[in-house]
Amino acid sequence: MAATPALDSLTVGDEVASVRHLVTRDSLVRYAGASGDFNPIHYRDDVAEFVGLPGVLAHGMLTMGIASQAVVDWVGDPARVVDYQVRFTRPVVVDRQDGATLDVTAKVAVIEADAGRARIDIVASVDGKTVLGKAQAWVSLI
Amino acid sequence: MTGPSEVNKGEPGGAARASPGLSRASSVRRMKRVPVNPAIQGRSYPPVDAYLVGREKVREFARAVFATNPIHFEVEAARAAGHADVVAPPTFPVVVQEATLAQLLGDEDAGIDFGRVVHGDQRFEYSRPVVAGDELTAHLTVTSVKSLGGNSMITASTVIDDATGEHVVTATSTLVVRGED
Repeated sequence: MAATPALDSLTVGDEVASVRHLVTRDSLVRYAGASGDFNPIHYRDDVAEFVGLPGVLAHGMLTMGIASQAVVDWVGDPARVVDYQVRFTRPVVVDRQDGATLDVTAKVAVIEADAGRARIDIVASVDGKTVLGKAQAWVSLI
Repeated sequence: MTGPSEVNKGEPGGAARASPGLSRASSVRRMKRVPVNPAIQGRSYPPVDAYLVGREKVREFARAVFATNPIHFEVEAARAAGHADVVAPPTFPVVVQEATLAQLLGDEDAGIDFGRVVHGDQRFEYSRPVVAGDELTAHLTVTSVKSLGGNSMITASTVIDDATGEHVVTATSTLVVRGED
C-alpha cells in the first residue's frame, strides 16, 4: 500500500497518476451485476442500435468509478477521498472485440494547507477525447 | 445525447422499458408530453428501506470498478488503517442512492419521462467513509429544477445517514430530461 503523500510535498500541477485501463464487455457485465444497473444499452448491441446509440456504452458510473482509482491508489486509503464529482460529457463506446481503452491522468489542482486537503483534477479520455468533465476529487491529507 | 450514462431505473425488469430510445420511439406516437413539473423543486421523499452494507458487496463493487487497494478487500488492511471493516469505493453510494432516484422517477406528479433522462453530473460528499456493516438510510430532496435549451435539468441530493442518524455521504445527481426532438 502506498504511503500517504504529505500535503507540503505537493505542488499545483504535479501529475500524481497516469494509468491506462482496458474496459471490455466483461467489465460492463461485472459492473451491471455489482451496481444493479441492468440497462441493456450497456450489454446488448441490438438494443444500443435500436435506440440510436453508436454502440454498447460503458455505464457512466463505471467510468467515474474507474477514474477514481487513480486517486485512491495515489492517496493510499480510499477514505481520504472526501468529495468526488464528475460531469458525463461523452459516451464511452465499448467494442465487442476490442473494448475501449480508458486513459486516466490526475494532477494536483488546488492545495488548501489550512484545511489539510487538496483537489485532484482527473482527465479521463478514450482515443484522445475526454469523456468526463469537471472530474475533481478532494483528498484529505491530515 | 447530453450524456452517456443512463440512470438506473430501479427494477431490472423495467430496464428495457427505461431505455432512452425505446421510449423515444414510442413517444413519436404520443400526442402530448407532460413537461417536468417545476413544483417538485424542494420536494423530499420519505427515506427508503435501510441498506446494510455487506463485506462481499463492497469487494464485488470494488472489483467492478477496477479497484486494487487492499483496504477495499482485506479486513486486516482496513483495520490497520483505522477502519472498522473494509471501505467501500468512492462511488459505491450510488448503489444506496439508486432506490431514492427510483422514487423520484416513479413519481407521476414529477412528470419525468424517464426514457428521456440522461445522467448529467454526479457527486459524492463524504462526512466519513462507508464501511462494511454500516446500516444506511437514504432520503432524496429535489434541490433544483431548471429549463435550459428545451431540456429540463433536475438536481437531486440523496442524504445518506448511518443507523445513529449521523451523516455519512450525500450523493447528488443532475438528470437531464431531453425536450422534444
